[in-house]
Amino acid sequence: MAIPKEHLVAMCSTMFKIRYFEEQIRQIYTEGKSPVFDIAAGTIPGEMHLAAGQEPVAVGVMPHLQPGDAITATHRPHHVAIAQGVDLNEMTAEIFGKSTGLGKGKGGHMHLFSTDPSFGCSGIIAEGMPTACGAGLAFKRLGQNNVAISFFGEGAANQGAFHESLNLAALWELPVVFICEDNAFAISVPKTASTAIADNSDRASAYGIPGVLVTDNDPVAVYEVAGEAIRRARAGEGPSLIEVKTDRLWGHFEGDADAYRADDFKQAMLDRDPIQTFPQRLVEEGLLTESEVERLRAEATEQVDAAIEFARSSPFPEPEDALLHVFA
Amino acid sequence: MTTLVERKLTTQKAIAEAIAQEMERDDRVLVMGEDIGVYGGIFGATEGLLDRFGPDRVIDTPISETGFIGAAVGAALHGLRPIAELMFVDFFGVCMDQIYNHMAKIHYFSGGAISVPMVLTTAVGGGYSDAGQHSQTLWGTFAHLPGMKVVIPSNPYDAKGLMISAIRDDNPVLYMFHKGVLGLGWMTHNPRATGSVPEEAYTVPLGEAAVAREGTDVTIATVGLSVHRALDAADLLAGDGISAEVLDLRTLVPLDKTALADSVRKTHRLLVVDEDYRSFGMTAEVAMTAIEEAFDHLDAAPARLAVPDVPIPYSRPLEQFVLPDPESIAASATSLIRG
Repeated sequence: MAIPKEHLVAMCSTMFKIRYFEEQIRQIYTEGKSPVFDIAAGTIPGEMHLAAGQEPVAVGVMPHLQPGDAITATHRPHHVAIAQGVDLNEMTAEIFGKSTGLGKGKGGHMHLFSTDPSFGCSGIIAEGMPTACGAGLAFKRLGQNNVAISFFGEGAANQGAFHESLNLAALWELPVVFICEDNAFAISVPKTASTAIADNSDRASAYGIPGVLVTDNDPVAVYEVAGEAIRRARAGEGPSLIEVKTDRLWGHFEGDADAYRADDFKQAMLDRDPIQTFPQRLVEEGLLTESEVERLRAEATEQVDAAIEFARSSPFPEPEDALLHVFA
Repeated sequence: MTTLVERKLTTQKAIAEAIAQEMERDDRVLVMGEDIGVYGGIFGATEGLLDRFGPDRVIDTPISETGFIGAAVGAALHGLRPIAELMFVDFFGVCMDQIYNHMAKIHYFSGGAISVPMVLTTAVGGGYSDAGQHSQTLWGTFAHLPGMKVVIPSNPYDAKGLMISAIRDDNPVLYMFHKGVLGLGWMTHNPRATGSVPEEAYTVPLGEAAVAREGTDVTIATVGLSVHRALDAADLLAGDGISAEVLDLRTLVPLDKTALADSVRKTHRLLVVDEDYRSFGMTAEVAMTAIEEAFDHLDAAPARLAVPDVPIPYSRPLEQFVLPDPESIAASATSLIRG
């Protein structure tokens, strides 16, 4: 597939933005947490699940999206939200617990919700998948030519919600694309110890829908497979399941000692880090120059820095605002 | 409006009529659930809808409650106003995450930016030997969790008006119909399950209790089928010279604190009756609310009658023993008044 240059540039640029964002959040997360680590302390309290390494899965999908398309993501949602174009300032402010955040500080990093673009995530494994089916049902019922994309981890594929959602989407021929981010570990449990088969994409056959395995953590590979799945969904041909073998470079959450993954496993991930290999490839193939790559990197950095500044300088909500927004 | 002959409907038909009228009025309303199409709902709440509105808007689902309740949430987030039916509330264990972590919380998580306008209907209650996984009411469990309204109609008129309000509400609403108030031919006959229901659409507001019977000596506050039991108890009490007021709370969320306090100010005594479990539930909440709102007007500590903290048993004498009935309600009220 000939990929338009602007899509390659957008994917590269978005990867830079995601990686720099996650690096900054990782660093800021340590503020106020030393010498003694207290999860409740610091600029960003609470759990923090970062997606460095998983950028290709998110950016490979996004060039195919159209206004009105919906996404559901997981407890590790930043890369997907950034790739979809969720307002970076408001998203960052939400992570900082500020009143200017997407949820005015009510949700935090695992519960980011946006209407335009339509993005939602859930801290409960696999439970974003049924709502994606509902989005697809609404699109179909309302005659909107939109698709819903549901991201989930390989650990989610053993949950009931995964199977219920695939069945519903297949049964009702919904415009939904299910994308499994297989980073090989559900916290500490390897896929080999949790899953009876090697590839979750094979599970698509149980529901009579296409299942495609993407073996490389590569934006272009994701782009091609996701493009076909989204085309099918938009054309009314029903849902698809895609599994992408990706890498979670860091621990499950910040503060995770990550002792359950062997050193050579971790080193191998670093050696194939797509944040290095993808821009290199674009340069080698003559699609981008070194200086263009650096410009993209600088632009991404600038946007993220601005969002972090926005979040830092935003006020906290008033404590009693906790009582608002239980009901519409 | 003047009508020459009052039109009578069962509660079940009133619910189905309310849904049909809202589907007629608003194209975004659709219904989904197990056996809600061809069958018309195991309890008839969706009777006739499939023929009228077709399978695109009246959707029989697989037995897949997480899937289709979650799909209802997602559809509500994207422009529809779904009604999903959980056949028996007892089945909530297989889908509670979608109900309380998603349906009830997304509005809050979004800081008020996103609404989840959906109705989750479900059948509740026992008394017909269906045993411990098909006989619970469990409204206290749901009312405990913030973010969803909890509606419990006791009669046909309220059932229609409350359903129309629930569908038009921009919040998730849990609409719990007691099997004993529906007027189903295969349940024990209940004359109060049939009543006057105007043909035109009307609303009964969520959050307003109703005085089902006026009285002066004791307030009996309750919901659902226990309203009927309390009315029968009031007849028994009247024969004993006790004037009982029966307060039908109609919705637990929002709870009509004003009506409760007004009634207690009049009668000075409160008995809370509940077909849900006794501990940490509706009886404690309503009694405490009365204490907070009208303590100085109470002549005695509020009393309660609820299912003792046991699962609903199967065998008829066992089940009848644990459920509130007119005699046990009257005895509790008498004891509250006479000590």
